[in-house]
Amino acid sequence: MTMQIVHSGPVTSSNEKTRAREAFARDNLRTEPKAVRIAVITIAITFLTVFVVLPLVVVFAHAFSKGIAAYLAALAEPEALAAIRLTLLVAAISVGLNLVFGLVAAWAIAKFDFPGKTFLITLIDLPFSVSPVISGLVFVLLFGAQGYFGSWLRDHDIQILFAVPGIALATTFVTFPFVARALIPLMQEQGTQEEEAAISLGASGLQTFFRVTLPNIKWGVLYGVLLCNARAMGEFGAVSVVSGHIRGETNTMPLLVEILYNEYQFVAAFAIASLLAMLALITLIAKTVLERHLDEGQASDH
Amino acid sequence: MTIEVKNLVKTFGSFKALDGVDLKVDSGELVALLGPSGSGKTTLLRIVAGLDWPDSGEVLINGEDALAQGARERHVGFVFQHYALFRHMSVFENVAFGLRVQPRAIRKDEAAIRARVKELLDLVQLDWLSDRYPSQLSGGQRQRIALARALAIEPRILLLDEPFGALDAKVRKELRKWLRSLHHEINLTSIFVTHDQEEALEVANRVVVMDKGRIEQIGSPDDVYETPASAFVHGFIGESIELPVQVEGGAVRLGDRPLALAAGGAAPGASKLFVRRHDMLVGPPGSGAFEGAVQHVRNFGPVQRAEIALSGGKTIEIDAPRDKELRVGDTIGLQPRRYRIFAGA
Repeated sequence: MTMQIVHSGPVTSSNEKTRAREAFARDNLRTEPKAVRIAVITIAITFLTVFVVLPLVVVFAHAFSKGIAAYLAALAEPEALAAIRLTLLVAAISVGLNLVFGLVAAWAIAKFDFPGKTFLITLIDLPFSVSPVISGLVFVLLFGAQGYFGSWLRDHDIQILFAVPGIALATTFVTFPFVARALIPLMQEQGTQEEEAAISLGASGLQTFFRVTLPNIKWGVLYGVLLCNARAMGEFGAVSVVSGHIRGETNTMPLLVEILYNEYQFVAAFAIASLLAMLALITLIAKTVLERHLDEGQASDH
Repeated sequence: MTIEVKNLVKTFGSFKALDGVDLKVDSGELVALLGPSGSGKTTLLRIVAGLDWPDSGEVLINGEDALAQGARERHVGFVFQHYALFRHMSVFENVAFGLRVQPRAIRKDEAAIRARVKELLDLVQLDWLSDRYPSQLSGGQRQRIALARALAIEPRILLLDEPFGALDAKVRKELRKWLRSLHHEINLTSIFVTHDQEEALEVANRVVVMDKGRIEQIGSPDDVYETPASAFVHGFIGESIELPVQVEGGAVRLGDRPLALAAGGAAPGASKLFVRRHDMLVGPPGSGAFEGAVQHVRNFGPVQRAEIALSGGKTIEIDAPRDKELRVGDTIGLQPRRYRIFAGA
């Protein structure tokens, strides 16, 4: 027994050494040296702090710099209220339109084969690849006084540019890809078998859509709507071109922020900006929740 | 209910999925469409269901022109290979779906729907799962639910597309037996597609063997196994030894070695000789039509499978009874108990 213990001492320790060396080699394969790790993480955190957290803090700090009363007063200004109302209205219109367009486009692309499908997919992405200012200018060219439909619109006394319809159109155009983009891969992955099953069980086209297709993609739809809404409320470039900046009438929240800032009304500018920032935070949280649901939906497939 | 298809043609681009198919299924039959992938069997089934449309030809269900109706009006139960259960609905709602989407005029009331679903879940012996979701079920359970769902609408005919294809071997065997007894019970005219010959032979009343968009043979399981109509059927069903032979004046040659076999009615020229593996009888050297050296022996359940290098160069695999003594290196004689010769190289 004693002999064994005496013997086993050195054996174990050399074993431990080998094991430690192996573990070290294993760690080395997977991760960088500690110094590099710390450096990389520091850079990432610093960057995030300076470029993301700090601006967010600054927005709220400035908004509340003259106290909460001044903040609330700035938001209660008729101009501010009008801008909030307009922003909500425009977002509601463009999200509504894009929900329908996006569903139809994704349905067509994911479930059917037709010539020109690839072209259609490319076309859906167009608003993402074009500068928003250009998107706005397109509508000026179409509906402006000198534009293609300009004289016809004037004859019929229809105001599109520098009014709510123009802003809604520009916003819709810019935010078009969100819903379709969220749905196409989801619907492609799900295939057409459940729809085929529904139809062979006697369901009509509409019943199939509302009872089978839509419930399967509901989280994707919400995800697309959420991102679409965030972009619609925050859109500046395209709206700036078509809005005409009529105070209390065609100013959306982002436009009003710029105007107030240029007039040195910092508290008011940042008060409105804080609302947009809050929207961003809410969107972020909702997005995380939805992504979890989307992952679950896919995982439960198998 | 009878099903009849006449001269059905369907192409996908330049690929001929169906190349003039005629088939008649009698009332109450359970017919298997058997063939390798790409043989057109699933396409044929989908056309009968109304999920695909032929380029030309006719489909009659109970004598009525089915092509004049969409899938919705055909009243056909369809079971998919990958179940296609509605993933966001409970098992109960899945089975109830076909009853809930009926036009209001003929729709059953809630109590009747519940009773019917209960009855169907009892039929597939899964009533205890009615609150679960498809993702919580095993493959075999999903497929039985899919079958219950298809039966809920009281279909005129039942179509099953590789119903057990996605299941593991043991579950597949159980479900096979179960499907046969279920069919016996409900006696619904049914077609099922499979690429598994054992499944087709075990379950079906009649087997339709397909290849390259054409029907090669229609017959009872015994017919297609015992008297295959073509080289393809012989090669596809059952394990066969296939040897290229020459037929000349009633004699058969393998390479330049004459075989002591009668050519029967086979036409002269290059032909193929087919023998079932277990129909090759082992004897002492010189005792049979073939002679060869044992290269390799393995035991397979009740038989031993031996690899034999025939004199003449070809290597074949035979199944011999376990009690037959086969040693690697031995030279043995082989005599086919039964064989068939088909013309063509």
